[in-house]
Amino acid sequence: MWQELYDELKDKGFMVVAVAEESRGAEHARPWIAAARSSYWQLIDTDHRLSDLYNLVNVPQAVWIDEQGRIVRPPETAGSTDHFRRMDLKTRTMSPADQAERLAARQAYLDAVRAWVNTGRHALPADAARAGLPKVTREIAEAHARFRLGVWLRAHGNPVEGDRQMNTASALHPDSWSMWRQAADLDEVGKASGTDFWKRVQALGDRPYYPPPKL
Amino acid sequence: MTVILTPGAEHDVDARDGLWMSAADAEKVTGWTLKPEGMCRAELCVPLPAAAVKGKDVDVAAFWTKLGGPVVADEDGEVWALGAPADERNAALEGLQAPDFTLPDVDGTPRTLSQLRGKKVFLATWASW
Repeated sequence: MWQELYDELKDKGFMVVAVAEESRGAEHARPWIAAARSSYWQLIDTDHRLSDLYNLVNVPQAVWIDEQGRIVRPPETAGSTDHFRRMDLKTRTMSPADQAERLAARQAYLDAVRAWVNTGRHALPADAARAGLPKVTREIAEAHARFRLGVWLRAHGNPVEGDRQMNTASALHPDSWSMWRQAADLDEVGKASGTDFWKRVQALGDRPYYPPPKL
Repeated sequence: MTVILTPGAEHDVDARDGLWMSAADAEKVTGWTLKPEGMCRAELCVPLPAAAVKGKDVDVAAFWTKLGGPVVADEDGEVWALGAPADERNAALEGLQAPDFTLPDVDGTPRTLSQLRGKKVFLATWASW
Protein backbone atom coordinates (compact mmCIF):
# COMPACT_ATOMS: atom_id res chain seq x y z
CA MET A 1 0.00 0.00 0.00
CA TRP A 2 2.85 2.40 0.82
CA GLN A 3 5.58 0.94 -1.41
CA GLU A 4 5.60 3.74 -3.98
CA LEU A 5 5.91 6.34 -1.25
CA TYR A 6 8.68 4.38 0.43
CA ASP A 7 10.65 3.86 -2.80
CA GLU A 8 10.47 7.55 -3.53
CA LEU A 9 11.57 8.72 -0.07
CA LYS A 10 13.70 5.94 1.43
CA ASP A 11 16.99 7.66 0.57
CA LYS A 12 15.86 10.75 2.47
CA GLY A 13 15.91 9.17 5.92
CA PHE A 14 12.35 7.85 5.72
CA MET A 15 10.90 4.56 6.87
CA VAL A 16 7.46 3.00 6.73
CA VAL A 17 6.34 0.64 9.48
CA ALA A 18 3.10 -1.11 8.56
CA VAL A 19 1.50 -2.94 11.46
CA ALA A 20 -1.19 -5.56 10.84
CA GLU A 21 -3.78 -5.51 13.64
CA GLU A 22 -4.43 -9.16 12.97
CA SER A 23 -5.35 -11.55 15.77
CA ARG A 24 -5.47 -14.49 13.37
CA GLY A 25 -1.71 -14.10 13.07
CA ALA A 26 1.06 -13.97 10.48
CA GLU A 27 -0.17 -16.76 8.21
CA HIS A 28 -3.52 -15.06 7.81
CA ALA A 29 -1.83 -11.74 6.90
CA ARG A 30 0.85 -13.29 4.66
CA PRO A 31 -1.07 -13.26 1.32
CA TRP A 32 -1.70 -9.50 1.61
CA ILE A 33 1.89 -8.85 2.60
CA ALA A 34 3.18 -10.99 -0.28
CA ALA A 35 0.92 -9.14 -2.72
CA ALA A 36 2.16 -5.76 -1.46
CA ARG A 37 5.77 -6.73 -2.34
CA SER A 38 6.92 -4.27 0.27
CA SER A 39 10.48 -3.67 1.40
CA TYR A 40 9.54 -1.63 4.47
CA TRP A 41 8.69 -3.29 7.79
CA GLN A 42 5.51 -5.34 7.82
CA LEU A 43 4.81 -6.29 11.41
CA ILE A 44 2.19 -8.61 12.90
CA ASP A 45 0.30 -7.45 15.97
CA THR A 46 -2.02 -10.25 17.14
CA ASP A 47 -2.86 -8.52 20.44
CA HIS A 48 -3.45 -5.06 18.90
CA ARG A 49 -0.67 -3.81 21.15
CA LEU A 50 -0.15 -0.78 18.94
CA SER A 51 -3.79 0.24 19.36
CA ASP A 52 -3.32 0.01 23.13
CA LEU A 53 -0.04 1.99 23.16
CA TYR A 54 -1.18 4.74 20.76
CA ASN A 55 -4.90 4.78 21.55
CA LEU A 56 -5.93 3.82 18.01
CA VAL A 57 -9.48 2.93 17.01
CA ASN A 58 -9.45 1.92 13.36
CA VAL A 59 -7.36 0.95 10.36
CA PRO A 60 -5.74 2.55 8.50
CA GLN A 61 -4.52 5.08 11.05
CA ALA A 62 -1.02 6.55 11.05
CA VAL A 63 1.26 8.37 13.47
CA TRP A 64 4.17 10.45 12.20
CA ILE A 65 7.38 10.17 14.22
CA ASP A 66 10.42 12.38 13.69
CA GLU A 67 14.16 11.60 13.77
CA GLN A 68 14.24 12.05 17.57
CA GLY A 69 11.43 9.58 18.10
CA ARG A 70 8.87 12.31 18.81
CA ILE A 71 5.26 12.19 17.68
CA VAL A 72 4.74 15.07 15.25
CA ARG A 73 1.27 14.08 14.13
CA PRO A 74 -1.17 12.24 16.42
CA PRO A 75 -3.16 9.23 15.20
CA GLU A 76 -5.08 10.13 12.05
CA THR A 77 -6.90 8.40 9.23
CA ALA A 78 -4.20 7.40 6.76
CA GLY A 79 -5.47 8.03 3.26
CA SER A 80 -8.96 6.60 3.54
CA THR A 81 -12.34 8.34 3.38
CA ASP A 82 -16.02 7.87 4.16
CA HIS A 83 -17.07 7.65 0.51
CA PHE A 84 -17.45 3.88 0.94
CA ARG A 85 -20.54 4.58 3.06
CA ARG A 86 -22.42 5.61 -0.06
CA MET A 87 -21.44 2.58 -2.11
CA ASP A 88 -23.95 0.30 -3.79
CA LEU A 89 -24.05 -2.64 -1.42
CA LYS A 90 -25.19 -5.06 -4.11
CA THR A 91 -22.32 -4.38 -6.48
CA ARG A 92 -19.95 -3.08 -3.79
CA THR A 93 -18.96 -0.18 -6.02
CA MET A 94 -18.76 3.56 -5.49
CA SER A 95 -19.96 6.12 -8.03
CA PRO A 96 -17.22 7.42 -10.38
CA ALA A 97 -17.42 10.83 -8.69
CA ASP A 98 -16.95 9.31 -5.24
CA GLN A 99 -14.12 7.14 -6.48
CA ALA A 100 -12.40 10.21 -7.90
CA GLU A 101 -12.84 12.18 -4.67
CA ARG A 102 -11.57 9.28 -2.62
CA LEU A 103 -8.51 8.96 -4.81
CA ALA A 104 -7.86 12.71 -4.61
CA ALA A 105 -8.06 12.65 -0.80
CA ARG A 106 -5.64 9.75 -0.69
CA GLN A 107 -3.29 11.59 -3.06
CA ALA A 108 -3.45 14.72 -0.90
CA TYR A 109 -2.52 12.67 2.14
CA LEU A 110 0.43 11.03 0.36
CA ASP A 111 1.56 14.47 -0.84
CA ALA A 112 1.50 15.66 2.77
CA VAL A 113 3.79 12.78 3.81
CA ARG A 114 6.11 13.70 0.91
CA ALA A 115 6.15 17.35 1.97
CA TRP A 116 6.94 16.35 5.56
CA VAL A 117 9.90 14.23 4.50
CA ASN A 118 11.20 16.77 1.98
CA THR A 119 10.64 20.05 3.86
CA GLY A 120 9.36 19.29 7.36
CA ARG A 121 5.96 20.74 6.51
CA HIS A 122 2.89 19.37 8.35
CA ALA A 123 4.96 18.38 11.41
CA LEU A 124 2.95 19.89 14.27
CA PRO A 125 4.45 21.91 17.12
CA ALA A 126 4.31 20.05 20.46
CA ASP A 127 1.16 21.81 21.74
CA ALA A 128 -0.81 21.11 18.59
CA ALA A 129 0.36 17.49 18.43
CA ARG A 130 -0.66 17.03 22.07
CA ALA A 131 -4.03 18.67 21.51
CA GLY A 132 -4.78 16.13 18.79
CA LEU A 133 -4.27 13.11 21.05
CA PRO A 134 -7.45 11.29 22.03
CA LYS A 135 -7.63 10.73 25.80
CA VAL A 136 -7.39 7.23 27.24
CA THR A 137 -10.23 6.77 29.73
CA ARG A 138 -10.54 4.08 32.42
CA GLU A 139 -13.12 2.38 30.19
CA ILE A 140 -10.71 2.34 27.26
CA ALA A 141 -7.91 0.98 29.45
CA GLU A 142 -10.18 -1.83 30.67
CA ALA A 143 -11.35 -2.50 27.12
CA HIS A 144 -7.75 -3.11 26.03
CA ALA A 145 -7.18 -5.54 28.91
CA ARG A 146 -10.40 -7.43 28.08
CA PHE A 147 -9.56 -7.46 24.37
CA ARG A 148 -6.14 -8.96 25.13
CA LEU A 149 -7.76 -11.57 27.39
CA GLY A 150 -10.33 -12.35 24.71
CA VAL A 151 -7.69 -12.88 22.01
CA TRP A 152 -5.78 -15.19 24.34
CA LEU A 153 -8.86 -17.22 25.28
CA ARG A 154 -9.86 -17.59 21.64
CA ALA A 155 -6.35 -18.72 20.71
CA HIS A 156 -6.41 -21.26 23.56
CA GLY A 157 -9.59 -23.11 22.70
CA ASN A 158 -12.17 -21.04 24.55
CA PRO A 159 -14.05 -19.09 21.87
CA VAL A 160 -17.22 -18.59 23.93
CA GLU A 161 -15.51 -16.90 26.84
CA GLY A 162 -13.10 -15.13 24.46
CA ASP A 163 -16.02 -13.71 22.53
CA ARG A 164 -17.71 -12.61 25.73
CA GLN A 165 -14.60 -10.70 26.82
CA MET A 166 -14.27 -9.07 23.39
CA ASN A 167 -17.94 -8.05 23.42
CA THR A 168 -17.43 -6.45 26.81
CA ALA A 169 -14.35 -4.67 25.41
CA SER A 170 -16.43 -3.26 22.53
CA ALA A 171 -19.17 -2.14 24.91
CA LEU A 172 -16.56 -0.31 27.03
CA HIS A 173 -14.91 1.25 23.97
CA PRO A 174 -17.64 1.66 21.35
CA ASP A 175 -15.49 4.06 19.28
CA SER A 176 -13.02 1.28 18.52
CA TRP A 177 -13.85 -0.22 15.15
CA SER A 178 -10.75 -2.37 15.42
CA MET A 179 -12.00 -4.16 18.53
CA TRP A 180 -15.46 -4.75 17.13
CA ARG A 181 -14.34 -5.79 13.66
CA GLN A 182 -11.52 -8.02 14.89
CA ALA A 183 -13.93 -9.84 17.19
CA ALA A 184 -16.37 -10.28 14.30
CA ASP A 185 -13.57 -11.57 12.06
CA LEU A 186 -12.41 -14.07 14.68
CA ASP A 187 -15.97 -15.31 14.90
CA GLU A 188 -16.11 -15.78 11.13
CA VAL A 189 -14.01 -14.39 8.28
CA GLY A 190 -16.14 -11.86 6.39
CA LYS A 191 -18.34 -10.95 9.35
CA ALA A 192 -16.30 -7.79 9.96
CA SER A 193 -17.82 -6.32 6.80
CA GLY A 194 -21.19 -8.08 6.99
CA THR A 195 -24.71 -6.93 7.81
CA ASP A 196 -23.95 -6.01 11.43
CA PHE A 197 -21.01 -3.89 10.34
CA TRP A 198 -23.19 -1.87 7.97
CA LYS A 199 -25.83 -1.40 10.66
CA ARG A 200 -23.14 -0.09 12.97
CA VAL A 201 -21.86 2.29 10.26
CA GLN A 202 -25.39 3.57 9.59
CA ALA A 203 -25.85 4.17 13.31
CA LEU A 204 -23.00 6.71 13.13
CA GLY A 205 -25.41 9.12 11.43
CA ASP A 206 -23.49 12.35 10.81
CA ARG A 207 -20.39 11.19 12.66
CA PRO A 208 -17.44 10.10 10.53
CA TYR A 209 -16.15 6.55 10.24
CA TYR A 210 -12.81 7.88 8.99
CA PRO A 211 -12.36 11.40 10.42
CA PRO A 212 -10.38 13.34 7.77
CA PRO A 213 -6.82 14.31 8.79
CA LYS A 214 -6.50 17.99 9.71
CA LEU A 215 -3.77 18.83 7.22
CA MET B 1 -0.83 -22.33 37.57
CA THR B 2 -2.47 -19.03 36.74
CA VAL B 3 -1.86 -17.24 33.46
CA ILE B 4 -1.35 -13.49 33.77
CA LEU B 5 -1.29 -11.33 30.65
CA THR B 6 0.33 -7.92 30.81
CA PRO B 7 0.44 -5.50 27.86
CA GLY B 8 3.84 -6.84 26.77
CA ALA B 9 4.15 -10.32 28.24
CA GLU B 10 2.51 -13.54 29.43
CA HIS B 11 3.37 -15.18 32.75
CA ASP B 12 2.60 -18.54 34.38
CA VAL B 13 2.47 -17.97 38.09
CA ASP B 14 1.58 -19.98 41.19
CA ALA B 15 -1.20 -17.68 42.42
CA ARG B 16 -3.87 -18.32 45.07
CA ASP B 17 -7.20 -16.73 46.00
CA GLY B 18 -7.22 -14.44 42.99
CA LEU B 19 -3.79 -12.92 42.47
CA TRP B 20 -2.07 -13.56 45.81
CA MET B 21 1.50 -14.59 45.00
CA SER B 22 5.06 -14.45 46.31
CA ALA B 23 6.81 -11.09 46.17
CA ALA B 24 9.27 -12.65 43.70
CA ASP B 25 6.45 -13.60 41.32
CA ALA B 26 4.79 -10.23 41.84
CA GLU B 27 8.02 -8.55 40.73
CA LYS B 28 8.32 -10.81 37.70
CA VAL B 29 4.77 -9.99 36.60
CA THR B 30 4.58 -6.28 37.44
CA GLY B 31 8.19 -5.06 37.49
CA TRP B 32 7.54 -3.62 41.00
CA THR B 33 9.44 -4.86 44.09
CA LEU B 34 7.92 -5.41 47.56
CA LYS B 35 9.69 -3.26 50.17
CA PRO B 36 8.64 -2.09 53.66
CA GLU B 37 7.42 1.20 52.04
CA GLY B 38 5.16 -0.64 49.59
CA MET B 39 5.67 -1.73 46.00
CA CYS B 40 8.65 0.09 44.48
CA ARG B 41 10.02 0.69 41.01
CA ALA B 42 13.22 2.73 40.69
CA GLU B 43 12.75 5.69 43.10
CA LEU B 44 8.99 5.44 43.24
CA CYS B 45 7.08 3.53 45.95
CA VAL B 46 3.34 2.96 46.12
CA PRO B 47 2.09 2.21 49.63
CA LEU B 48 -0.06 -0.91 49.86
CA PRO B 49 -3.20 -1.30 51.98
CA ALA B 50 -2.39 -3.51 55.01
CA ALA B 51 -4.83 -6.12 53.71
CA ALA B 52 -2.81 -6.51 50.49
CA VAL B 53 0.37 -7.93 52.11
CA LYS B 54 0.77 -11.09 54.19
CA GLY B 55 4.35 -11.93 55.11
CA LYS B 56 6.16 -12.33 51.79
CA ASP B 57 2.98 -12.60 49.75
CA VAL B 58 1.29 -9.79 47.84
CA ASP B 59 -2.21 -9.35 46.45
CA VAL B 60 -1.24 -8.20 42.95
CA ALA B 61 -4.88 -7.49 42.03
CA ALA B 62 -5.14 -5.03 44.93
CA PHE B 63 -1.78 -3.46 44.03
CA TRP B 64 -2.67 -3.10 40.34
CA THR B 65 -6.04 -1.57 41.21
CA LYS B 66 -4.25 0.89 43.50
CA LEU B 67 -2.04 1.87 40.52
CA GLY B 68 -5.22 2.59 38.56
CA GLY B 69 -4.78 -0.28 36.12
CA PRO B 70 -7.62 -2.60 35.04
CA VAL B 71 -7.61 -6.14 36.45
CA VAL B 72 -9.82 -8.59 34.56
CA ALA B 73 -10.20 -12.36 34.54
CA ASP B 74 -12.00 -15.15 32.73
CA GLU B 75 -14.99 -16.84 34.38
CA ASP B 76 -12.89 -19.51 36.09
CA GLY B 77 -10.27 -17.09 37.37
CA GLU B 78 -7.51 -19.03 35.62
CA VAL B 79 -6.49 -16.39 33.09
CA TRP B 80 -6.03 -12.76 34.08
CA ALA B 81 -5.09 -9.60 32.26
CA LEU B 82 -3.50 -6.55 33.87
CA GLY B 83 -3.96 -3.52 31.64
CA ALA B 84 -1.91 -0.34 31.53
CA PRO B 85 -3.42 2.41 33.72
CA ALA B 86 -5.15 5.11 31.64
CA ASP B 87 -3.06 7.84 33.33
CA GLU B 88 0.16 6.07 32.38
CA ARG B 89 -0.90 5.82 28.73
CA ASN B 90 -1.99 9.48 28.63
CA ALA B 91 1.22 10.70 30.28
CA ALA B 92 3.36 8.69 27.85
CA LEU B 93 1.50 10.02 24.80
CA GLU B 94 1.40 13.62 26.07
CA GLY B 95 5.17 13.46 26.53
CA LEU B 96 5.14 12.98 22.73
CA GLN B 97 7.99 10.45 22.86
CA ALA B 98 6.63 7.69 20.61
CA PRO B 99 5.91 4.65 22.83
CA ASP B 100 8.45 1.98 21.91
CA PHE B 101 7.43 -1.54 20.98
CA THR B 102 8.84 -4.74 19.56
CA LEU B 103 6.72 -6.80 17.18
CA PRO B 104 7.60 -9.69 14.86
CA ASP B 105 7.63 -9.30 11.11
CA VAL B 106 5.77 -11.85 9.00
CA ASP B 107 8.71 -14.29 9.29
CA GLY B 108 8.98 -13.90 13.04
CA THR B 109 11.98 -11.55 13.15
CA PRO B 110 11.48 -9.09 16.02
CA ARG B 111 11.59 -5.41 15.04
CA THR B 112 11.81 -2.53 17.50
CA LEU B 113 10.59 0.98 16.70
CA SER B 114 13.52 2.71 18.44
CA GLN B 115 15.94 0.99 16.03
CA LEU B 116 14.71 3.55 13.52
CA ARG B 117 15.87 6.60 15.52
CA GLY B 118 17.42 9.09 13.09
CA LYS B 119 14.76 8.47 10.45
CA LYS B 120 11.31 9.92 9.94
CA VAL B 121 8.89 7.06 10.57
CA PHE B 122 5.45 6.71 9.06
CA LEU B 123 3.78 4.24 11.43
CA ALA B 124 0.56 2.92 9.93
CA THR B 125 -1.95 0.19 10.74
CA TRP B 126 -3.86 -2.09 8.41
CA ALA B 127 -5.83 -5.31 8.69
CA SER B 128 -7.29 -8.01 6.45
CA TRP B 129 -10.73 -7.72 8.02
